[in-house]
Amino acid sequence: MPTPYEILGVQPSASADDIKKAYRALAKKLHPDLNPGNKRVEQQFKELSGAYDLLSDPAKRARYDRGEIDASGAERPDRPFYRRYAEGREGAKYQDFGLDEDSAIDDLFANLFRQRRPERPMHLRGADVTYVAEVDFIEAAVGAKKRLMLTDGKTLDVTIPPGTEDGQTLRLKGQGLPGAGGGPAGDAYIEVKVAPHPLFARKGNDVHIELPVTLPEAVLGATITAPTIDGPVSLKVPRDSNTGSTLRLKGKGIADRSTGQRGDQYVRLKVVLPDRADPELTDFLEKWTRRHPYTVRRGTDQP
Amino acid sequence: MMFSLQQVVTEIGVTETDLQLWIDQRWVLPHKREDGFIFDDVDIARARLIRELRVDLMVNEEAIPVVLSLLDQVHALRRALARVNSAIDTASPAAKAEIAKRLDAGD
Repeated sequence: MPTPYEILGVQPSASADDIKKAYRALAKKLHPDLNPGNKRVEQQFKELSGAYDLLSDPAKRARYDRGEIDASGAERPDRPFYRRYAEGREGAKYQDFGLDEDSAIDDLFANLFRQRRPERPMHLRGADVTYVAEVDFIEAAVGAKKRLMLTDGKTLDVTIPPGTEDGQTLRLKGQGLPGAGGGPAGDAYIEVKVAPHPLFARKGNDVHIELPVTLPEAVLGATITAPTIDGPVSLKVPRDSNTGSTLRLKGKGIADRSTGQRGDQYVRLKVVLPDRADPELTDFLEKWTRRHPYTVRRGTDQP
Repeated sequence: MMFSLQQVVTEIGVTETDLQLWIDQRWVLPHKREDGFIFDDVDIARARLIRELRVDLMVNEEAIPVVLSLLDQVHALRRALARVNSAIDTASPAAKAEIAKRLDAGD
């Protein structure tokens, strides 16, 4: 009967870390679920787990080293490994894990016997399929219907619900591959990619934009037109607005996915001077600035 | 046996967040019912395997679907092989002898 140290292949003086490493290395080789069908490893893995249980517990290890307890009784109780189910009928639902297209196993039979497959009542659920749908910002914000062309030439109509976020996955029940032997079809998973918008940016359920205004609009106030995800709306710019002034358009944001309540749109103003220098404006400012000097870079002159 | 998510969390020693993540990623496929998930024996054994891969064997998260996919393919192949075996088992003695001869020749 090998000692727990021999089972782990370490010296009795080995550190806790060495023991852990040795266990990990051996368990990778001997884990029964990584060795489907190999009966021998189950016993070996049991001994390994038992040895590790004993030596990884400093108190138990010390008692064992002093000869107070022996290595027996340290074995873990029998337990059902995954492989016990994996080949049975229960395991069938995991058969196509990671296989998107028709199962490689069917090919095997097709090649082995160029004839009818052996009859067996199998109600296998069809495999799930994953597609990517690219939508623009507005479509994702207000909702849209998209028609996807599938690789097999078929089309799939997908409803993009309002407020869909980039990376969100939609599930279309029963739109995956057909099942076998009367089993139900799999599901289609649609991953939505939302393209960025040149004007609109999304933060939670709010929409943010930056909107240019002229100098007179900012100083004197004005009613201007602002784009929203529903289309243009008029927006009142108050007197004495400035670059950075932010106005809120209540309820013009994106509908919350669960409550349906819409967020707001925030419009950040950006004051833009005329394209060409205007002599009248220059003259005016020269006079004005002598009487009204003001500073805007307090604290930025010493980097 | 049927277990709830909470029972599985206790049974295999994993956090609810992790288990939920595994379900979201479809590594584990419990039945979904109105009042939550229902796990049968195969789901629990699979979740326990994932925990052992992640925690005891320190397999990183990205590698888990690779490991699971390869394992599942091995199991599917073994299942297919079992069907071939049982088909051969019920074949005529002459056919069996023929197959045995060819398998030997292929060594």
